[in-house]
Order: sequence, then structure tokens, then C-alpha cells
Amino acid sequence: MSYITKPKFKHPGLQTNELGLTRRDYEGSLTTLCGGCGHDSISAAIIQAAAEMSLEPHRVAKISGIGCSSKIPAYFLSKAHGFNSVHGRMPSVATGANLANKELYYVGISGDGDSASIGLGQFCHIVRRRINMLYIVANNGTYGLTKGQLSATADLGSKTKSGEESQYDSIDMATLAIELGASFVARSFSGDKKQLVPLLQAGLSHKGFAFIDIISPCVTFNNTDASTHGYKNTWENYIALSAVGFVPMRKEITTSYAPGKVKEITLHDGSVIHLHKTSNKYDPYDRENALHHINASKKQGKIATGLLYINQSTSDLHELQDTVDKPFNTLGSHELCPGNEALADINHTFR
Amino acid sequence: MKPTNIADPNYFHKVVDCQWACPAHTPVPEYIRLITEKRYTDAYMVNWNSNVFPGILGRTCDRPCEPACRRVRVEEKPVAICRLKRVAADFKSDIKDRLPQIPKKKNGKRVALIGAGPASLTVARDLMPLGYEVVLFERDQVGGGAMRTQIPRFRLPKTVLEEELNYILDLGVTCRFGEEITSMKALLQEGFDAIFVGTGAPLGKHLELPGYEQAKSNIHTGIEWLASVAFEHVSNIGKRVIVLGGGNTAMDCCRTSKRLGGEQVSVVVRSGFEEMKASPWEIEDAMAEDIPILNLHVPKRYLVENDKLVGMEFEKVRKEIDSDGRRQLVPTGDDPVIIPCDDVLCAIGQENSFPWIERDIGIEFDKWELPVLDKATFQSTNPHVFFGGDAALGPDNIITAVAHGHEAAVSIHLLCSKQDVKQRPAPLTSLDSQKMGIHQWSYDNNISNDVRYAVPHASKELTLHDLNMEVELGFDAQLAHKETLRCLNCDVQTVFTDKLCIECDACVDICPTDCISFTTNGEEADLRTRLLAPAENLSQDLYVSDVLKTGRVMAKNEDLCLHCGLCAERCPTAAWDMRKYLFNTAKAVHACQK
Repeated sequence: MSYITKPKFKHPGLQTNELGLTRRDYEGSLTTLCGGCGHDSISAAIIQAAAEMSLEPHRVAKISGIGCSSKIPAYFLSKAHGFNSVHGRMPSVATGANLANKELYYVGISGDGDSASIGLGQFCHIVRRRINMLYIVANNGTYGLTKGQLSATADLGSKTKSGEESQYDSIDMATLAIELGASFVARSFSGDKKQLVPLLQAGLSHKGFAFIDIISPCVTFNNTDASTHGYKNTWENYIALSAVGFVPMRKEITTSYAPGKVKEITLHDGSVIHLHKTSNKYDPYDRENALHHINASKKQGKIATGLLYINQSTSDLHELQDTVDKPFNTLGSHELCPGNEALADINHTFR
Repeated sequence: MKPTNIADPNYFHKVVDCQWACPAHTPVPEYIRLITEKRYTDAYMVNWNSNVFPGILGRTCDRPCEPACRRVRVEEKPVAICRLKRVAADFKSDIKDRLPQIPKKKNGKRVALIGAGPASLTVARDLMPLGYEVVLFERDQVGGGAMRTQIPRFRLPKTVLEEELNYILDLGVTCRFGEEITSMKALLQEGFDAIFVGTGAPLGKHLELPGYEQAKSNIHTGIEWLASVAFEHVSNIGKRVIVLGGGNTAMDCCRTSKRLGGEQVSVVVRSGFEEMKASPWEIEDAMAEDIPILNLHVPKRYLVENDKLVGMEFEKVRKEIDSDGRRQLVPTGDDPVIIPCDDVLCAIGQENSFPWIERDIGIEFDKWELPVLDKATFQSTNPHVFFGGDAALGPDNIITAVAHGHEAAVSIHLLCSKQDVKQRPAPLTSLDSQKMGIHQWSYDNNISNDVRYAVPHASKELTLHDLNMEVELGFDAQLAHKETLRCLNCDVQTVFTDKLCIECDACVDICPTDCISFTTNGEEADLRTRLLAPAENLSQDLYVSDVLKTGRVMAKNEDLCLHCGLCAERCPTAAWDMRKYLFNTAKAVHACQK
């Protein structure tokens, strides 16, 4: 752990965004995670993504559970709202917050322990309920905070630093999310910001439940050559389905790729995802194909990454519940308690 | 790009911007750290070994180190390097027992040094410990050269000058003061093994305009007048004084005039204010003493009444850029400006002068009347005769003279040891890890965000009435301590071991100034545009690793690195390490150690 404060001096040529802020203005406090932890790269990627999108920090809410992963919100966007909740219960808190104020960007940060073990039930239901948020799992296949036991996402046969071999099949969070109806599912790697940053931006812009499973190696307990979640294995075996580019709304769309080679996905807010196809013809709209592809890659020991699945025609929780346009937290007492006459009208509809 | 060769002694030296900029390559961060630790005497000796006159230079240096300071690339003002040097001198304890031992048995070689200024004194200091018999000739009765004659005592007190002068003379130098060398031919016949000429640039330039002949008893050249003041031959000046010129000599002239009875003292320069050669801080100090500086005034004639100087006439000009892009001074057409005065001090430049060196003794001179020299060895076309300081390459500054002195001493020692003078000894370098614990370093990496501290000055009500009262009071220990913490420790290098790197990006994510990138390799010009933040300062190198496991390379932009060590703290495999790079130029004592 570093004890000094990060120097205030910054690169004088650092770009400012539409709000006049630089990337440095989106930082949080200095990390207390182990040096080399993938989670720090995730913080850095979120910082970069938010800065490039000119997100107003006070329009963002960061919500997490318990675990190394759930410490991450302390290390980015210190001016944003934050809630460090109970183990595995981040989805409940996020659901409540989203119901109360649907106008914020919600970033849920969790880990494989928090979401695939103790909070698996909560995870399933938040996906089902289609909360409009970006849900990130920093997935290292181990319980780092309790010194390196195998987690539920550790692949069969993967070994920890102490030599313990996983006897069970792993839970695949991305597959699970697709099965349960998530409308944006991606997988990425903390070490590849070129892919991760546009995916985060797309996830933040996506209307509906966006899920990104990020392989984020635990450098202290699960970074051996025999671990499938270590840097070495991930660098060697991850395949990008497509190179991802992201153009925030209001920006002019320019692309260096030849026409026909790029699949454009325009999101509800007007921003655009560019998928530059690599050799295979991957269709991120095809749910069955996505599931098949993930499994097929896994069989070969490969990790399929990139935008795995997207569906823009689903509705989020507020649309399904047909809530009022204004966020609940701005409603006055008269609107929340309209009086006897209104109650009589409602009762009348049941007669 | 090819992987950076960090074994090249210049690679990391260049990263230490202040040291690289210093003509004598003083290890600046090293002595600043020693001051932080209140080890003033140690800090003084680091300086003494490199620049010979820490107390003098700590007050008078042209400080090429400060504009080079890395701090100006991330904030406004550099570390007050020069004034911290003075702190080391002010607070040190007795250093006598740290001075070099002089062998009782001499090596049988005799060396003559002409002129007792900084260049010759440096040669003397470097050669005395090697057993040379050093004879120092000086036309004045005392040593010090320009440090005594050109720098007023209110900037450099006599005690400070003489203390550092005597450290050298007391090593056993044979002083033949008051003895002016009038013939090099004659001196060559005295059988010295080597002769070093450090006679400076002793001729002040005159400005001969209409009226000069009648008025010349009240027109003085700056450097000669300052010398007369230093030797107390002159103790007053007219009430109204015009100083011509915009260099440091002009600043010293006007401030000295104020102390000798000048009431209306003004500095007049031909060029614009921005083109003035004086150091900004010297201009500030003159202006703080209420001395007006008139720029863009071209002197036209001396005004004389009854054979006495009464004023000067100037033409007002403005700057224009001509079709070739050169700056021209064009008359504005305004009425001429008349400034009444009793005395004029001409500080418009100085020149070398070697009337005493015969031109038929094998010492060649170029068309500017400067000796033809080898720029690395300072050897003239007579192999036994060396030049240094202003005498070698024309007017410059004290620290440059010291640097020349060191190199000339190396040359003289090589010559007297019958070795090739051109085979220069390699610099002395070391590169040592500063790691003490997982996140602990033996240097303070917690960078201070403070802005530069100003050196306190004595009140001008006092200083303007006393020619010898020092204006700058110097930092006290507390202020000095705070100022030292501003130093970024640029000599503690980020050293990267590519084989250990697992490409986790921890260093990239933590770096406060976006110096580190992992990317595909390319030509330098291309690579500079592809880094996390563009590397536009071409004077600063890129540190590039060999190819890593993913086929990428690590490319670090040295330009803005704060040397905070966070990359090394966050690195899980110690691929980054913070190592202190000490660099010292080889002195004469190292010249023949093979």
C-alpha cells in the first residue's frame, strides 16, 4: 500500500472534456489494493470512460457490496454518490436507488464472490428486473480478501497459488446474464483498456440492464501459470470478437474502418458503438449464437471477449411499471398523497 | 525504437535536468537532499568538489540549472537551487579537515596559472592534491579575479569570497600577486611543464559618440569602474547617472551608483526589455531599488556644456520584424529624448585582450582574437599552454570558468603524465536501488505542492546606504527546508526490467503525469504521438524497453516524470525500481587511474 498522496501535478497536455475537466478530475482516493491488482485498471478504465463521455460526476451513483472488488468505488469519481452495501446485496440497494431517482447513471461494482456466491440470488433478480444500470463484475476467480480460496467462477482444473485445484464447473456470469434477460452483455479484461473503455461507455449509455464481466487477475493469490484467471492465461487465450469503438452522442461520427467492415449500433441516447469485425462473423443481436459462442470458446480454453449480446428493444423497470416521468425523489407530498378524492377514484376502478 | 541503453552515462544524466544544464555538472538533487537532512557540511562538500565556490556561486551564479528544472514543466517556478547552495555554505561547520591532503613530496612538475580568477583557482585546486607545484600569477595584489572586481560586495561579501579563495590558496599555492605577466615568451622560458591562461575578458567596450572627447572624464566603462570601486579607488559618483547596457554588469553598475551618491540613476537599453541580457532576478533587484530601465532608446550623443558632460541624447525606436524575419530597431520619429546626467557608465560588453602573448610562439589566434583551442581539452596550439574561463571562449560566467578549469586540469595532468590529452577519463557514475521496504524508499518521494519560497531581503533603507551590506539575507533553516522539499529528486531514476514485467498496467494507472505507456513499437516520431499523453517535448527522451510478452513495449516519456516512485510502489514484480544515479565528471585526480 502506498502511503504518500498522489502528486497533484498532471501532464500539461492532458485533454479537457466538454465540462473542462481532465481525467485527473475523475480520480478517487489512492488505491489500497495490492499493487498490480486488475481492479485498479478497472478504476482507471472507468475514470477514462467517464472523462471522455464528459459525465458529470454528481450524476453518477456508485454502489458496491463486499470484497476487494467492492472497494473499487473509493478509487474513482470521488465527487459521485456512493453506497458500499452489505455482502451480495448491492442489487437491492441499486434497485432502490434507481427507483427513487431514475435520472442518475448507476454503476454497480461487484466481484465473483459478491455476485456469484453470496449474492447470486440477488444478481439473478436484478437482471430479471431490468434495472437501468451498468453492472460490473471484477472477476478474479478467487476470494482475495480472505486469502485466496477458489471462488464459484474458478474454472474446473484451475489452480490457486497454494496449489488447490478447482473440482467444480464454474459459473459463467455472462452466460447467466444473457439467460436471465440482460439486454447488454459484454466480457473484457482489465489489461485491455482499448477494449474495456468503449465497452464501459457503451454500457453506461445503454438503456436497460448492462452487464460486463471483467477478468481482473488477483496478482497476490491467483496469478499462477495454472490459474485461468491470471495475467498470463488471459493474455494468451482471450479473443476479441470484434474491436470495439464508442462514439458518444453529440460527437461527429468518424471511422477509420472501410465501409461494410463496421457494424454500427446506435444507442437510445444517440451515441454509437462501432464493432470492427475480426475474422469471424459474430452477430451480437443473436442470443442463442452468443451463448453457443461463449461455450464453444470456453471448450477450447479460450475466452471470448467484446460485446457478446445486445438487445435494444426491451423495456427497463420504470417502463414496465409505467412510472411517472419525474423521478420519485422529486415528487412533492401532494403528488405522493393526492387525498381522499383520488383514493375514491382509485377504489372506484376496482368496483 | 531500439531499447534504451541506460548504461550510457549520458542517458540518466540528461534526466537530471539541473545537473545536465550545469556547466560543472553539480549533482544538484544530491546536495538538496543533504540540506533536507540538515547535513549542510556534506551538502557543501558535494558542491565544493564540483563547483569549487559554493558560497560565492550560491549568491552570484547565472544558474543555468534553474530554467532547466523539471518543476517548471509541471508548475510555474523552479526550485531555488542557487540559493539552496548558499544555505549549504551558510550553515556548514568547519570543513578544514575535509579538504584534500597535499602530498609533502611533490611530483616534480611545475604549472603556471595566469590570473587568479575562478578558472585558474579551479586548476590549482585540482592539481595541488596530485603533488604539483602551482604558481599563481595575478596583476592585482589580491586573488579572486572577476569575483572580486566585477561583483559588488552587497551581492558577495568579502568574507565569503576570501574564505573560499583561501581554501585553495592555503593548499600551498605559490602566489605571485602584484606581478603582471607582460610576455608569454618570457614566461615560457621559465621552464614550466604547463601554463594555464585564465585572464578573463578584461577590456570594457567604450561607446564613442559625438561629444565623447570633451566628456570622457565622466564616461567610464562598467567593468573598470566596478573594479575601481572594489579596490576603493572610487568612492563617489555624480548625482545623476546613466548606465548604458542591459546585462548583469549594467545592473551592478546602477545599483553600485545608488550606493555611491547617485540620486537619479537610470538604465538605458537599445533593445526591448525582453532582449536584455541580465538575469531576470538581477533586473528585479535593480527595479526594487527604484532604478528605472528605459528600453528602446538608442544613444546618439553626449551633451557637453563648458567641456563638461551634462546629459545624453537618445533616439526612440520600435521593434519591427523585417522580411527576413530579423528584428530591426526602427526610429519612431518622436523627438529625441534628452536625459541630463553627470556621469555615464558604459556596460555594453567586454572583450578579450592578449597583447602580452606574442604571435610568433606557436599560440594561434582566430579572427576574433581568441586563442585556437581544442574545445574538450582547452589545449592551445602550443601543447603546453591551456586556456580557460572567459580567456578561452569569450565572456561567460563563473560556473563555466570552473568547468573549464576542471577540464584543463585533467588535460594538464594527462600531459604531465605523458598520456594522450584527448583520451578523456570516463565520468564516475553509480546507480543504486533506493528500496528500503515494500513501499519505502531512502528518499522522500512525497512531493511538496508548495510554490517557490522567496529569499528574504534586507530593507533598502539600510542597504542603499552601505556599499558592503549584503542585500539578500539568504534562507533561514526552516525556509530552506521547505524549499528543499520542492525538489523532485530527478536523480532517483525509474529503472525498468522488462523480463519481470507481467503487463498488469499498475504503473500506467497510477502515474500522475501519464508518463508510462504500453504499446506497439514504432519509430520515435510515431511513438511520441501514440503514448497515453503525447510526448511533445523533443528535448526529453523516451525510455523504451525490449519487446514484452504481448509483443508490446514499455515506452516512458521522461519529460514529465515526477520521480515520485508510485510506479515502483504499485509494481507487483519490482519490474520498476527507483535507483539513485550519481554522476560526477572525472577530475584531474581520476585522469590517470586506469
